[in-house]
Amino acid sequence: MKCRVCREKAVIQVRRHNANFCRPHFIDHVRRQVERTIADYRMIRPGDRLLLGVSGGKDSLALWDILTELGYRVDGVYLHLGIGDYSSDSLRLSQAFAAERDLHLRVVDLPEEYGFSVPEAARASRRNACSACGLSKRYILNRVAVDGGYDTLVMGHNLDDEAATLFSNVLQWNLEYLARQHPVLPASDGLAKKIKPLIRVAERETAAYAVLSGIEYEVEECPMVAGNTINRYKEWLNRLEEESPGIKAQFLKGFLDRGSKAFRDGTAPELVPCETCGSPTTGKVCAFCRLRDVTAVDLRRRESA
Amino acid sequence: MKVILRQPRREIELEGVRRVSDLLRRLDVVAESVLVIRGDELLTVDEPLAEDDVVELRPVISGGGS
Ligand code: SF4
Ligand SMILES: [Zn+2]
Ligand SMILES: [Zn+2]
Repeated sequence: MKCRVCREKAVIQVRRHNANFCRPHFIDHVRRQVERTIADYRMIRPGDRLLLGVSGGKDSLALWDILTELGYRVDGVYLHLGIGDYSSDSLRLSQAFAAERDLHLRVVDLPEEYGFSVPEAARASRRNACSACGLSKRYILNRVAVDGGYDTLVMGHNLDDEAATLFSNVLQWNLEYLARQHPVLPASDGLAKKIKPLIRVAERETAAYAVLSGIEYEVEECPMVAGNTINRYKEWLNRLEEESPGIKAQFLKGFLDRGSKAFRDGTAPELVPCETCGSPTTGKVCAFCRLRDVTAVDLRRRESA
Repeated sequence: MKVILRQPRREIELEGVRRVSDLLRRLDVVAESVLVIRGDELLTVDEPLAEDDVVELRPVISGGGS
């Protein structure tokens, strides 16, 4: 296979674009995709203070590299979830990445600052770990962005993340989630603006970008991942993609271009400040504070038992 | 040839694998879900493989909670 641009030996095939690329031209291709996504959705205004959610995985580290190369100054925030070696390894990789490039990484330690870890919260609330984890991540990253005076929270969700989430939301006809699934969510009272510049880059491409750029990232899986339905949907979507290259991108793009509006016109629930922490919520006490409370009760009960 | 698998990391030996596409077929893996890495190169599906190659099959699917 030969590179579409220079006819040198290709290192990656991107079937949905009917194109193969050598290393430098692939890296360039990915950066251009992100640049165009940012422009098309008017994600960033000049002078915006940007905060990126960093997990130590391929997506967030690749995105940090891409945005920096495109000339943006971006700070990172790493949330330590208290998941044993997995958390300490990914923290180490994130810190090494930031140090090498002289970037600023903030670290929030969930157990230290909020008194519980993701496994503890999952056990106490009988939620699946990923749902307790996702809830905590969304809450805390937003907090750090708002309290730190950032204009925008940048997230590393890729095309596959978004397509699989869309698939899941459609399977369950979760209208509220469908209404909110968009690559740009404007700021509102207590919520930072949120953008997802990687939505046109497939998961395989962010991984390839990381490998080809020499980025060391967490390859091993989180030990709590068992039962994660999103990952199963991704595998199925990839089987479809093998047969019909481009189907994932088409599914997501069709929704964003034509479908999502219908859901957004629906009733957006009104947000009020949480009685405990002041973050916006639809109830009296926000889901994070409720999770924190049941976990605290559970930990105390276990201690005294 | 030696194949390094991940999540968790382990190694297997395979014989008579002629190209990357054969390797993926043998292990029933879709190309879209993995990167095939030899040293510091990424391999495309048409790349020939040799008996003394060491190749890593790295899953690309990760993450979870949104
Ligand atoms: S796999 Fe689940 S628990 Fe582990 S980091 Fe991802 S979302 Fe959190
Ligand atoms: Zn080229
Ligand atoms: Zn609250």
